[in-house]
Amino acid sequence: MVPILFHVEQVRRETADTLTLTLKPAEGGTTLRFTPGQFNMLYRLGLGEVPISISGDPSRPDRLVHTLRAVGTVTKGLASLRPGEAVGVRGPFGAGWPMEAARGKDVVVVAGGIGLAPLRPAIYHLLARRHDYGRVVLLYGARTPGDLLYRRELERWRGRFDVDVLVTVDRGDAGWRGHVGVVTTLFTRAFFDADDCVAMVCGPEVMMRFTVAELKARGIPDDRIYLSMERNMKCALGFCGHCQFGPVFVCKDGPVFRYDRIKAFFGKREI
Amino acid sequence: METESLVRLLREHPFLQGLSEEHLQTLASCAANVRFEAGQWVLREGEEARRFYLLRSGRIAIEVYVPGRGPVPMQTIGEGEVLGWSWLVLPYRWHFDARAMQLTRAISLDAECLRARSEQDHELGYELLKRFVPVILQRLQAARLQLLDVYRANG
Repeated sequence: MVPILFHVEQVRRETADTLTLTLKPAEGGTTLRFTPGQFNMLYRLGLGEVPISISGDPSRPDRLVHTLRAVGTVTKGLASLRPGEAVGVRGPFGAGWPMEAARGKDVVVVAGGIGLAPLRPAIYHLLARRHDYGRVVLLYGARTPGDLLYRRELERWRGRFDVDVLVTVDRGDAGWRGHVGVVTTLFTRAFFDADDCVAMVCGPEVMMRFTVAELKARGIPDDRIYLSMERNMKCALGFCGHCQFGPVFVCKDGPVFRYDRIKAFFGKREI
Repeated sequence: METESLVRLLREHPFLQGLSEEHLQTLASCAANVRFEAGQWVLREGEEARRFYLLRSGRIAIEVYVPGRGPVPMQTIGEGEVLGWSWLVLPYRWHFDARAMQLTRAISLDAECLRARSEQDHELGYELLKRFVPVILQRLQAARLQLLDVYRANG
């Protein structure tokens, strides 16, 4: 599968090491429709390719939006792109969030750190079709106030009357007036019907482990908890095996998995 | 505030869910309704732990003072939660500071009174410990997760 050429339209700095790239198809190119939770392989010409979740609005496929953290050679290369520069895109890949299965139910979205990025398209979807869902609760944890992604958007969402947005940081500072503590501590303030709800979780694996324990303690069954997994993906087509996670491939069977399908090997040290 | 009002507030607080009427009456005899303005200290590190608080509204920051950095908030707690367990364990001294981040309403429970009542009525002491231990465990786990610093780059 050959990358399609896109151009950078906008670069927005989110935090010290995280930024959001808005891409548009090169002349004569096509837009890429996607579902919330899917990812693309972004190719920094001359450097290499990395899997990056799509963080934009699924109803606006004319603009492809990705939020990435500059930590490795390729992501640092992508982070150095300027408007007008070219980038290769393969995708979209993978299974996304269960937007259809969640219809009519309460939805609890739990994000940790940059894990908010792959959940943002799901939030756009929920808010655009607000009447199709019950309560919508977003619990978001970040390292520090300076590490919060999409801060203006979070404030806007929090201003709505039909969504509960709870934000916490692991480390506060003198100017932070919000909650301090890990994301699981927000559950005491979250109200949802555990008997009729779907949870969507994305963040570092250890954070997801503790979040799953909290969700289960609150009565949400395994088959209504969904996690977005991360593994080292190369081909994104299920051929190379780099992203093998027990008996599944994260690139084609995931990245979003229903918890009951992976619980046997989720958290296993050997896997 | 009349004892009946205090009993009602205590009964409604999630921390005391399921406690018998008799024990609620006992707690009410050691309780007082209190409020803290934004910025007001609730506890100070090193001071005697004379009471604990059941928060009814508002938010409290648990802080530690770090020279050169000032007060560092480690955790915030709010409505429906409990503040303070140093009153349970000798030498009954607070290990951290706590400060109201906004107008906060709480029920204050007198430690000496409660310890004396629990000595007389071990059932009451057991009921209180059954409620405190999960809170202590949850906060210990949360503190360990914070130590892990899971969101750092390559974390």
